[in-house]
Amino acid sequence: MSETALASQGGRADNPASPASPPTPRTASQRSQWRRVAIALGFLAPALVFLGAFVVYPIVYTLIRSLFDRSGAGFVGFDNYARMFTNDSTFTAIRNNVIWVIVAPAVCTILGLIFAVLADKVRWATAFKLIVFMPMAISMLAAGVIFRSLFQENPELGAVNAAIVAVENAFTGGAANYEGANARPDTGLVEQGGSIASEAPVSLGDTQDFALVGIRSANLPDDVEQAVEADAPGSDGIAGTVFLDVVSGGGGENGVIETGKSGLPGMTVHAVDASGNVAGSAQTDAAGRYLIDALPDGEYVVALPATNFVAGGQGVSWLSSAFITSVVILSYVWIWAGFAMIMIASGLSAIDRSLQEAARTDGASEWKVFTKITAPLLAPVLVVVLVTLIINVLKIFDLVYVIPPGASKPAANVIAVEMWTVSFGGGNDQGLGSALAILLLVLVLPAMIINVRRLRQEKQS
Amino acid sequence: MTHTAARTAGLAGVAITGLVLAGCAGGTPGGDGEFSGTTLEVSATWSGAEQENFEAVLDVFEEQTGATVNYTSFGDNGATTLNTQVEGGNPPDVAVVGQPALMQQLAADGALAPLSGDAADAVAENYAQTWVDLGTVDGTLYGVWFKAANKSTVWYNADIYDEAGATEPEDWDGFLEQLQLVSDSGYAGISIGADVGWPLTDWFENVYLRTAGGDMYDQLTNHEIPWTDPSVTEALEVLATLWGTPLVQPGAAQRTFPETIPAVFGANPEAGTVYEGDFVAGNIADDGNSVVGENALFYDFPAINGSEPSVVGGGDVAIAFNDEDATMALMAFLASPESAEVWVPNGGLTSPNQNVDTSLYPDDTARQIAEALVGAETFRFDMSDLTPSAFGGTPGQGFWQVMIEFLQDPADVAGAQQKLEDAAVSAYGG
Repeated sequence: MSETALASQGGRADNPASPASPPTPRTASQRSQWRRVAIALGFLAPALVFLGAFVVYPIVYTLIRSLFDRSGAGFVGFDNYARMFTNDSTFTAIRNNVIWVIVAPAVCTILGLIFAVLADKVRWATAFKLIVFMPMAISMLAAGVIFRSLFQENPELGAVNAAIVAVENAFTGGAANYEGANARPDTGLVEQGGSIASEAPVSLGDTQDFALVGIRSANLPDDVEQAVEADAPGSDGIAGTVFLDVVSGGGGENGVIETGKSGLPGMTVHAVDASGNVAGSAQTDAAGRYLIDALPDGEYVVALPATNFVAGGQGVSWLSSAFITSVVILSYVWIWAGFAMIMIASGLSAIDRSLQEAARTDGASEWKVFTKITAPLLAPVLVVVLVTLIINVLKIFDLVYVIPPGASKPAANVIAVEMWTVSFGGGNDQGLGSALAILLLVLVLPAMIINVRRLRQEKQS
Repeated sequence: MTHTAARTAGLAGVAITGLVLAGCAGGTPGGDGEFSGTTLEVSATWSGAEQENFEAVLDVFEEQTGATVNYTSFGDNGATTLNTQVEGGNPPDVAVVGQPALMQQLAADGALAPLSGDAADAVAENYAQTWVDLGTVDGTLYGVWFKAANKSTVWYNADIYDEAGATEPEDWDGFLEQLQLVSDSGYAGISIGADVGWPLTDWFENVYLRTAGGDMYDQLTNHEIPWTDPSVTEALEVLATLWGTPLVQPGAAQRTFPETIPAVFGANPEAGTVYEGDFVAGNIADDGNSVVGENALFYDFPAINGSEPSVVGGGDVAIAFNDEDATMALMAFLASPESAEVWVPNGGLTSPNQNVDTSLYPDDTARQIAEALVGAETFRFDMSDLTPSAFGGTPGQGFWQVMIEFLQDPADVAGAQQKLEDAAVSAYGG
């Protein structure tokens, strides 16, 4: 941007002078021409050297390097570019960059516009702006760390999931007593849809015991007692014992009620008839015994319904591949909406208020004033903000590098991260990395050109 | 005592018993020893407490021989520093490096002196064959392994194991049974931290070394056999009997490795077991809720199909850059149990030297780690450290990433193998 601007300024400085110089003898004219060029060069030299060393040379070298292999010795032509576009991870990176460019600058600008217009109308505008702008003061890296911990999956670690789980549990009643319990395999039990049921139907007068595992003895209710075998039921009932089939410290025989195994009190037990209706139910006592009686003739599947085992709210896996890009973009918006707001607010303060007043006097609604007057007047500022953010977003690196956990890193990949990984982050292939850098340059160019052109127009007008 | 007698005793002591030498050396304070006036330059990666301990080792050599030994730490830049010094014609006399590849490269460049005389004898006498092989490049012995790390340790919370009635398993099936017992008692069997892939590559390496053996391990490391080889299928299938089962604490893919330590040894443990190298002892101590040796214990990575005792790990190898008598005497000293025994009681050193008195280790856990290491019939370096970093050392790519994907979908063995092979071809190819 600055390079072109400088060149155009140089051009303009020369132009008015040369046609104005009067026709003089050839040698004298040449000499003065030379002197002028020398002086111009003298003034330009520092900037040219600086730009040459830090902008032109790196670009040219990157271009050349991108045509060589990983060692830098073998010329491979456009192989790196071919590899770049046939490689899955680069493809994901390009796709993500497109999503970024479409979503992030637009959302930032819209939020910035809303904040700026609203702040224009409230009393505590400065305080409000200060707060919205504050994330700009945090480094991207730190912001990444903050968002990563904010969106942790474990509700004990991630604030967002903690809130979601709290709300969820308020509606569902939270985790059941026996969260996470399983049936002991090979004890005549099946697990289906969260409930645990007898494998075969049970006849009236029989008993059905439930041997469960996967519950910490430390988490059992206080009134828990040693499991006791249930008494045989009458001819219209089914009885049994629900017990924790684990002896603390080990030992014991699987599926057998014996010393050291606890009954599981308060467990709901259903007798389900052939058509799937619950014909009777009971709760277990402190020793884990239940008795369902007064059942009509027939055979019943005895089941511990899923309500005994629900795990409570689990939250959302925010950092998984599915949501990761959204989370990273959100963190970006959190930082940059403030920047957009400040830029737009300054544009807002510069526009002519009398137009808005006139529109209001003519009876225009606030919405009309905003869409027909304020927004068009702000358009140049909005374009600057949008284009600046697009350039900024194309080279996004820090947040994408910090936030995703390993498993979702490939899903969150963007070109700048891919470029770093390939060339320095262990890939050691600076040929491919240079090709990616060139791709990034090409993508940034249109936005640059728009910005430069607009700057020039502004100067000329 | 005559000079000749001292010399003979000294050499014998260095090579064989150490104790005899220590007795003699006590009577000849530095200055009139065999190499008095000789100055040796030694460099290694160690700094801080490790440097102090290593300097104490070198002090004993100085006392015994009268030589002056100057120690310099090259930090993490061993390869760069040593290569530059070799190019400049000014290498140290002895260096201790952590990368076997660096030793191989320096040997291939002709910068190293083969071990001869007493030094070679000391290695033959004090080290198991697997360590001699690791110090050998193209049939010539160059290295003395001074320090080693054991990455075949499975750490468990003894309180949880006791409650569940679980015990230390002998083999993989027993391992799964114990984890099932832990799981029955309401804790997850094992916690895996797969946020970054390196712990998972260590899992694979341990399983592969046991199912395929050391030779295949070396071939796979050098990519002489493809990752689509049936031996890799077998190892991944063994892993799949654990990964993806309810025995593993849910959420592995988003858990960092450090987070698995409090998950097993913290104030509110959720799982009974965690697998990683001997450095886990340090993590547990940092966490502070469990005590290593009391309720935080470990057992060796379980054998698979009757495999011989095998250890995956790392180590530091001493190499000599010339074959002067004093240099070789120092190498012989470093290969003797005596040198390691100076450092061992202070903690922080696990010696692969089989004649080091293991009763000198400061605690039972350190002793157990060392015994597993010395008792290993097959020792191999961490494979991911030996492969090109694009394959074995890059987050989000290659070996690391494919193992994360495999952890999430252990049914897709063939797919994982193909991805590993593709990544390997591109990483080794360049």
